[in-house]
Amino acid sequence: MRLVALLTLASALVAQTPSALNGKKLFDSYGCYQCHDHDGHGGAGARLAPNPLPFAAFSKYVRQPTGEMPPYTKKVVSDRELADIYAYLQSIPQPPAAKSIPILNH
Amino acid sequence: MPKSLGRRGFLKGAAGGAAAMAAGTPAAQAQQPTVRRAAGVPSAAARADETGPVSASVEVLTADRPGADFMVDVLKTLGFEYICANPGSSFRALHESIINYGGNKAPELITCCHEEQSVAMADGYARIEGKPLAVMAHSTVGLQHASMAIYNAFAARSPAYIILGNTIDATARRPGVEWYHSAQDAAAMVRDYSKWDDLPISLPHFAESAVRAYQIAMTPPHGPVLLVADSDLQETPIEASAKLRIPKLTLSSAPAGEMAAVSEVAKLLVAAENPVILADRAVRTAEGMKLLVQLAETVQAPVVGGKFPSHHPLNQAGGRGLIGSADLIVGLEVPDLWGSINTVRDQLHRSVQTYTKPGAKVVNISAVNLDIKSNYQFFQRYPETDVSIAADAEATLPYLIEACKRLITPDRKRVMDERGRKLAAAHEQGLERARTEAAYGWDSTPISTARLSAEIWEVVRDKDWSLVGGAPSRLWSVDTVYRTAGGGGAYGVGYSAPGSVGAALANRKYGRLSVAIQTDGDLMYAPGALWTAAHHRVPLMSVMHNNRAYHQEVMHIQRMANRHQRGITNAGIGTTLTDPNIDYATIARGMGVHGEGPITDPKDLAPALRRAMDVVLRGEPALVDVVTQPR
Repeated sequence: MRLVALLTLASALVAQTPSALNGKKLFDSYGCYQCHDHDGHGGAGARLAPNPLPFAAFSKYVRQPTGEMPPYTKKVVSDRELADIYAYLQSIPQPPAAKSIPILNH
Repeated sequence: MPKSLGRRGFLKGAAGGAAAMAAGTPAAQAQQPTVRRAAGVPSAAARADETGPVSASVEVLTADRPGADFMVDVLKTLGFEYICANPGSSFRALHESIINYGGNKAPELITCCHEEQSVAMADGYARIEGKPLAVMAHSTVGLQHASMAIYNAFAARSPAYIILGNTIDATARRPGVEWYHSAQDAAAMVRDYSKWDDLPISLPHFAESAVRAYQIAMTPPHGPVLLVADSDLQETPIEASAKLRIPKLTLSSAPAGEMAAVSEVAKLLVAAENPVILADRAVRTAEGMKLLVQLAETVQAPVVGGKFPSHHPLNQAGGRGLIGSADLIVGLEVPDLWGSINTVRDQLHRSVQTYTKPGAKVVNISAVNLDIKSNYQFFQRYPETDVSIAADAEATLPYLIEACKRLITPDRKRVMDERGRKLAAAHEQGLERARTEAAYGWDSTPISTARLSAEIWEVVRDKDWSLVGGAPSRLWSVDTVYRTAGGGGAYGVGYSAPGSVGAALANRKYGRLSVAIQTDGDLMYAPGALWTAAHHRVPLMSVMHNNRAYHQEVMHIQRMANRHQRGITNAGIGTTLTDPNIDYATIARGMGVHGEGPITDPKDLAPALRRAMDVVLRGEPALVDVVTQPR
């Protein structure tokens, strides 16, 4: 009985843990890359990673952007999917320091 | 009544039927249906016509000097280096005169694969050389092909010079194709977006209109002009008694602003605490760039946009935020001044936001109102201004600078110098920020556009370079006028590839290294420009910004799908260039151009660029296909 409860709890936790891998897929399929590039480094839109905004601010902006970004309602991107996308952004590593790149420092 | 085939009847292909009709058939009978033989299978009679003795009914067309020779004389006096053309029978005599009578020099015929390419090359050439390149286009269909490029040139205020073949005399046309390729008023279809056109009916008329057309094209605001060269006028021999002369060309001085209005602008500039200069198309020449620098330094005002040295401390590229705190905005040849100080948010709700603070003054100095049209809406939304001067900005700059100097007191000078120091610090911070931002995604695949730009800059920076397609990043040192050439004036896609070849053609004689950042969607409109570059040995390094999409349109579909809450996973349908991916290096090699790629690993980029540059330094074109992030 205890074992079943533990497995159920573990299963629930797994189900709720945001997936960076799925987030990466969603980042492309939902077209986030179109403005923010495939690694969230920005392009036509703002830089999202590394060091993304706190999730609450991120989520609020996605639902009700104030700039040129189109809004993504829950009907289009669910809360769960948004959490996965956020996990992906959190997983993106720091870039090399600009000063360590010779051709940026002529 | 003499029997006649008309001036050009002798060569009417497989023209047995036509010849028979022309051999004195009474008018009533001429209206009877005539069975025509298939083209390409000449009858015995036709063969006899072409190989046998010339009969009394056939007009002899051999001539030592056709009218087209005189047209070449006119073109030579106008100083055209090149004439771009995709061949067309409506200008066959002029074509032949250029290559034989004219020795195919000044102008030299540049073979193009599409009329849009011909005109875009002329547009690109003018961006570098500051004068027109001639184009020949074929009557109706050729001009239809050319029309988008003419609109781009018109919107860019670029002086393209187009000679359009056409056959006015209906009885002189060959049956069939030539009727499809003739028009009553051939230039009409582009009159809404060209500066001037004419249809000369004699050689003296041609000479006068040719010189006038050049003068008009080169009077600011510059623009494309068309001269319809009637095919009979080209092919008919010049009469021995003809007294032909070519009028002298005198270029008009550019219209400068009226002094009282210029003085008013100077007062505003000197009194302003936070002025901003929007310089968009203000600079036409190297001298213009020096004048713009002089104005900015005189009043220590930031310059946003346009051809202003990128590493000058007063260059505030991307400094649109300055508009919000400005008490004076001076627009110099800004095509969309309203859009520079306002923005339209185009999302679930449309809204207009004004950047300017209450009470800010707006000045507009632009020559666009001197040559305005109604139909095509290139003139943008009406900007509310406090002073508006209908004049060429570059021509007005010397007077504005002097007027400012006269008004600057020691107190104002101190204020300006302090402002200049702050702006210089902001400029340095902007450069540092650009370096930091370029590092993001440095090792990404697809390759980031910042890395693409930095790697190109590394290869060209110690050369006398000219970026003839695409835009440089802020880290590039743009220090003179020919360093950049800009994009399609009316944002008509398909300009960049041929436009960059035209600009590179202009750069060739100066030994400059021409480089273009070439987008994939654009190249697919007129890839034949690559062949032209190879054929004519135009040294040009094209580096693909290949995001495998018409990316702007992907974003528009995304916007619509969002607005309609249907999800955006289908936004790639009809907007992307995948499945199969296009192999641009193979396309380039197929046209005789050195081709490399697709490059997907950023580490492979620098070596590929260096190999391509070696080819270009040898005087030939090269293309490096780089798969990039979208933007």
